[in-house]
Amino acid sequence: MTGLADLQIRSVTHRFGSTTALSQVDATIRGGTITGLIGRNGAGKTTLARLIAAWQPLQSGSIHLDGHPVWESQDRTSRVCLMKDTGGFLEDQPVRKSLRVHRAARPHWDHDYAMRLLDLFEVPTKKSPEKLSTGKRSALRAAVALATRAEVTILDEVYLGMDAVTRRMFYDELMADYIARPRTVILSSHLLDEVEDLMEEVVVLDRGRVMAAGDTDEVRQQYSSGSSLASLTDVLVQITTSGAER
Amino acid sequence: MNHRGDQLPSFDDRSPIYLQIAEHLRRSILAGDLAEEDQVMSTTAYATTYRINPATAAKAMSLLVDEELLHKRRGLGMFVSSGAQAKLRERGRAEFVDAVLRPVVDQGHALGLSTDELCRAMKEIS
Repeated sequence: MTGLADLQIRSVTHRFGSTTALSQVDATIRGGTITGLIGRNGAGKTTLARLIAAWQPLQSGSIHLDGHPVWESQDRTSRVCLMKDTGGFLEDQPVRKSLRVHRAARPHWDHDYAMRLLDLFEVPTKKSPEKLSTGKRSALRAAVALATRAEVTILDEVYLGMDAVTRRMFYDELMADYIARPRTVILSSHLLDEVEDLMEEVVVLDRGRVMAAGDTDEVRQQYSSGSSLASLTDVLVQITTSGAER
Repeated sequence: MNHRGDQLPSFDDRSPIYLQIAEHLRRSILAGDLAEEDQVMSTTAYATTYRINPATAAKAMSLLVDEELLHKRRGLGMFVSSGAQAKLRERGRAEFVDAVLRPVVDQGHALGLSTDELCRAMKEIS
């Protein structure tokens, strides 16, 4: 759909002590898509997200964006934005101060857009993040992630504690901004019913391995039987609870 | 400029959304709600209206382009092709007897209705 660069993930294996978090992960995140990174807790989603964002070095394998290793790219802070459910803010300082840091660090930062989103989500910018409710903190993260306008935006469970209305507003803003300013969005969420129609492609992880990947409709059809289309939850249930897959 | 064919019913989970959009557009063209050279709702309008990925709507459109029901005008959008309704009618008639009429007749016979009785019932309701 766009001329945006693909993310090439090749043979990535990552261990924490004796635990293998990722095992020979191969995946291509197509530039300009909204790609879902889905799996159960402990599947390796966050580890993969951190490696894509170059928050930590690779142990083995490679991740390239536009043909360059993400770890060595000088401009990676402008190109990749990872927003997780924790971290990234000055917890005991007013939200405004954190926004100033993001504004300085992020070349494509749109401050007016950030303020508009925070207003929409009713996040008070005079308070410090530690004084906000979980839902408001999540809304703050979502707003900052969108306003960063990074070429690759990774949203890792940013919806924690957001109420249904805020989540709906967030999805609408995400889609509107994605359409207006095409970029690659990697979306990780447990609220699969709410996000499955937003995802053009998916990568399904289970215990550190890629179990399915590609066009969301095709993956859902592969796991369908009878007269109804499998939801992504159905896909995940089949993948993670069937002994035959192992 | 017309933007019709946008009274889309809510999607069900029986088939992928792009197939449902494609089928809805076919029905709108067949019924004349979307006339030849009418503009079809854009993929981005589908995306924001129904909270779906724009690529999903684009897949539906390209399916109908392949079927020569829609055509793209560069920079303007998708339009209903001339002859689209006639094409759908022809295709629909070919499938109608096998796909629609035969099961009805079979079910009528199973209920003990004779072919004559079925014909009479058909005349009454048409």
